[in-house]
Amino acid sequence: MSWSIWGGYSPIDATLVLIGAWLLLGVAGLFAPRNTRFVAHVIFPLGALVGLAMLVNAVVGITAPVETREMLLGLPDLPFHARQDALACVFLALLGGGSFGISLFAAGYFRDGPGAAPGLLGFQYHVFLASMAAVLLADDAYAFMVAWESMALASYFLVVTQHKVPAIQRAGFLYLLIAHIGALAILLSFGILQGGSWHFTFDAMRSASHPAPWASAAFFLALAGFGAKAGLLPLHVWLPEAHPAAPSPVSALLSGVMLKMAVYGTLRVALDLIGEPLWWWGLVTLGLGLGTALFGVVFAAVQTDMKRLLAYSSIENLGIAFSGAGLTLMFRGFGLDTLAAIALLATLYHCLNHACFKSLLFLATGSVLHATGERNLGKLGGLIHHMPWVAGLALIGTLALAGLPPLNGFVSEWLLLQVFLFTASVPQPFIDMFVPLGAALLALITALSAYVMVKFYGVIFLGRPREPALDKARDPGGLERLGLAWFALACVLLGVLPVVVLRFLEIVSAQLLGATLGDRLDSWWLLSPISAERAAYGPIVFLLGLVAVVVVAALVVRRYYHAGVRRGPAWDCGFGRLDSRMQDTAEGFGQPIRRIFAPFFVITRIVPSPSDTSPVYAVQIDDPFWGWLYRPIDRTVQGLAALVSRLQRGRISTYLLYSFLTLIGLLVLVL
Amino acid sequence: MLSTALTSQLVNLCAAVLLLLAFAMLAQRRTVALVDLFTAQGVALAISTLVVALNTGHGHMYYSAALTFALKVCALPWILRRLIRRLDVQWEAESRLDITATMIIGLLVVIFAFGLAEPISALATTITRATLGIALAIVLLSFLMMITRRKAISQVIGFLAMENGLFFAASSATYGMPMLIEFGIALDVLVAVFVLGVFFFQIREQFDSLDLHNLESLRDK
Repeated sequence: MSWSIWGGYSPIDATLVLIGAWLLLGVAGLFAPRNTRFVAHVIFPLGALVGLAMLVNAVVGITAPVETREMLLGLPDLPFHARQDALACVFLALLGGGSFGISLFAAGYFRDGPGAAPGLLGFQYHVFLASMAAVLLADDAYAFMVAWESMALASYFLVVTQHKVPAIQRAGFLYLLIAHIGALAILLSFGILQGGSWHFTFDAMRSASHPAPWASAAFFLALAGFGAKAGLLPLHVWLPEAHPAAPSPVSALLSGVMLKMAVYGTLRVALDLIGEPLWWWGLVTLGLGLGTALFGVVFAAVQTDMKRLLAYSSIENLGIAFSGAGLTLMFRGFGLDTLAAIALLATLYHCLNHACFKSLLFLATGSVLHATGERNLGKLGGLIHHMPWVAGLALIGTLALAGLPPLNGFVSEWLLLQVFLFTASVPQPFIDMFVPLGAALLALITALSAYVMVKFYGVIFLGRPREPALDKARDPGGLERLGLAWFALACVLLGVLPVVVLRFLEIVSAQLLGATLGDRLDSWWLLSPISAERAAYGPIVFLLGLVAVVVVAALVVRRYYHAGVRRGPAWDCGFGRLDSRMQDTAEGFGQPIRRIFAPFFVITRIVPSPSDTSPVYAVQIDDPFWGWLYRPIDRTVQGLAALVSRLQRGRISTYLLYSFLTLIGLLVLVL
Repeated sequence: MLSTALTSQLVNLCAAVLLLLAFAMLAQRRTVALVDLFTAQGVALAISTLVVALNTGHGHMYYSAALTFALKVCALPWILRRLIRRLDVQWEAESRLDITATMIIGLLVVIFAFGLAEPISALATTITRATLGIALAIVLLSFLMMITRRKAISQVIGFLAMENGLFFAASSATYGMPMLIEFGIALDVLVAVFVLGVFFFQIREQFDSLDLHNLESLRDK
C-alpha cells in the first residue's frame, strides 16, 4: 500500500498526534467545567472521532513495519521512548474502537447531577484514554510506569465520580490500593529485567540475558502486577467493588478496555522483553486463569446487582484470556510455536471480543439505570416492551458473551478449546493428562457463563415488570443507541468474519513468535486452525443456516397455523392468577449454583424467628478471599501498628529524645 | 590576610565562645534572654567565618559570613523578638527545669563529641580542624536543649542553635559548604521560622498557652 498522497504519514506519529488530541480535548473541557451541554455535545463526540481515527490508524499500523520514536518529553537525559508494533496496534485498535462507542454513548449519558463536574469528568476520561494509549506505545520502563500510573489515577478519579457516597469512597480506595501494589510489582519486575545494564529502555531489556531464576522472578512479579489490574485471583477484590461504583460508561471503559492493558503487559513482558518463557510459567498462568474464570463465573451467577454481575463476568473473561496467555507461554516454552501462535491468537481474539460485548452490556445497564433508577435485579423485569432498542442490542451482547455461534464469543472460546484438545504433542506426559481437564473446565465455564447471561437478560428484560414504576422506562436517545449499535455490530462482524480478523492478528504472532497459521487462513469463510479434517468452523454457513431455519419455520407457522396473534401477560400459562412477584427472581435463578458451588462462598442467611411479625429473609454472599487473605493481613498490620503506637507518647521532647538517642547510637556505631 | 597562627587563635576563641553560649542557653530559663544568647552566637559565628575568609581568601566564605550576619544576627532575632512581643510572652520562663542535671548531661555530651571528632579532625587539612569537636558538641547541646524545653519558642531557638552548630562544623571541617547549599539551608531556616511562627499562634489559639505539654492530649488513644 502506498501512502504517497499522505506525505510523511506514519502510523506511530499519527498515534502520538491522536494521544495529544485526547489530552487537548480533556483540557478544553476544564474551561467550562459546569457546562454539561458543551462537554456532552462537543468534547465527547470529538473524543469519539479521535477514537475512530485511532482504530483506523491501528488497523493500518498492524501491517506497517515496526517503528520507534524518541520523544522530547521526559526528564533531562531520560527521554520517553515510543514503539509501535503489531501487538501494540491490536490493543490500540481495541482502545480506539472501544472508546469510539463508549464516548458516543457517554455524550448522551452524562447529565447534570451530583458528583464531579462534567468538565472535570471529561478531563479525567480523556486523560484515561490517552494514558492507556501511552501504555501501549511506551518503549521504556520509565514511560511505561508514568503512563500506567496516570491510567490508574485517572480511572480512580472516574470511579469516585460520586465521591460523596461512603461505599464508593471505599471502593475507590480499595482500587487505588491494589493498583499501587500491582504497580510496585511491575516496577520490581522491570528492575530485574534491566539485568544489570541499568538501562531501562525495553530494547536494553530485550538484549539483556536473563538467567532462569531471575527471569522467573521477573515474570511472576509482572504476572502479579498485571494480574492485580486484570482481577486475577487473589487480587480480584477491587473489581466487583469499583466497576459498579463508576458511572456506566466508565465501567464499560474499565472493563472493556483497561483490563486488557493487563493482558497486553503480560504478553509484552513474557513474549517480548523476556523472549524465551519457561513452560512451567505457562502452566501456572493457565491454572491461575482457569481458577479465576471459574471463580468469576460462579460468583456472577449468584449476584443480584446487574453491574456486579457483569463485573464478576469480567473476572471470568479475563481469566479465560489469561489461560490463553498461559497456553501460549507453555507451548512457546516447549518450542511448539504453531500451537503457541494459535493460543496467542485466541487470547487476542478473546480480548477484542470481551471489549465488544462487555462494553455493550455495561452501557446497556447504564441505559436501564437511567430509565429506571434501579440496579437491583430484583426490581427490574419486562423491560423489552418499554426499551426495545436497548433490549435488542443487549440481546446480541448477551448471546455473544454466552459464547453462542455465529457471534464473536464463540470464535475465541472455540479456538481456545481447539488448542486445549490438540496438546498431545507436549513432551511432558503429566501435562498431557492435565490439559484435557483444563478443556473440560473451560467448557464448564463457558456453559456457566451462558447460564449467567440467561439470568442477566431474562431477569432484566423478559417476564413481567417487578415494580410498577418500570412502565415509565423509555429507550435512550440517539447517541446512546448509536454507541450500543456500534458494539453490537462489532460483535456480529467479529463473529462472522473470523478469518479476516485472524489474518491481522497473525502478524502479531509472526512478530513475537515467528510463527503463523500459514495457509490455514487461506479460505476466507472457513476457519480451520489445526487442519480442515479435524475441525472447521464456517460462521457464515452457520448464519445462513440459522436464517434459513427461522424463515422456513416462520413461513410454515404462517401457512399452517391459522389462529390470530394474541398478546397476553408473560408466563401467564393460561392461568390468570399469576402476578409479577411469582416470577423466578435473580436469587432464585442463581440458587442451584449457590448449592452446587457452596464451598466457593461465605454465605450468611438471615432467617427470622417464627414470632417475628415483619419477617425479613435475606442471604448474603461474601467472597472467601477476604477471610483467607485480606483480613489476616489487616489484623497483622493493625497488631504491629498497635505495638509501634506505644512509642507515641504525644510529647515532643520524647520524640526529640528518640532522635537524639538514635543519633548518638549511630555516631557510636561509626566510631 | 591574617597569619595562620593568629587565625587559629581567633577561631579557637570563637569556638570557645560558641560552646560557652551553648551551655548558657542550656541553663537559661527565660525566653527573651535565649534570643539574646542566640544573637550572640550568631555574632561569634559570623566573626569566625570572617576570620577564616580573611585567612584563606576564599570568596564564598565572605558571602557566607555576610549571610550569617544578615540572617542570624539581624533577621532571625528580629523575627523572634517580634513574635515574642506579639504573643505577649516576654516574661515567660521555663518552669521545672533541672539545671544541674542538664549541665551534667551536657558535659558528658561534650566529652562524647570530642571523642567522636578526634579521628575526623585528624583527617581534615583545614586550619580550623581543632574546632570540629566543639561544633559537634554545639549540635548535641542544642539538641539536648530542645529535649528539655517545654515552651514552643525555646524549642525553635534550640533548633536554630543546632543549625548554627552544623554550620560551624561545616566551616571548620571543610571551609564551608558549597554556596548553593548554604543558600538553600539559610532559606529553609527562614521559612521554618515563619511556619513555626504561624504554628505558635495556632497552638495558642487552641490551648491558650504555648506550653507543649498541651499537645500530649492529641495522641491517639
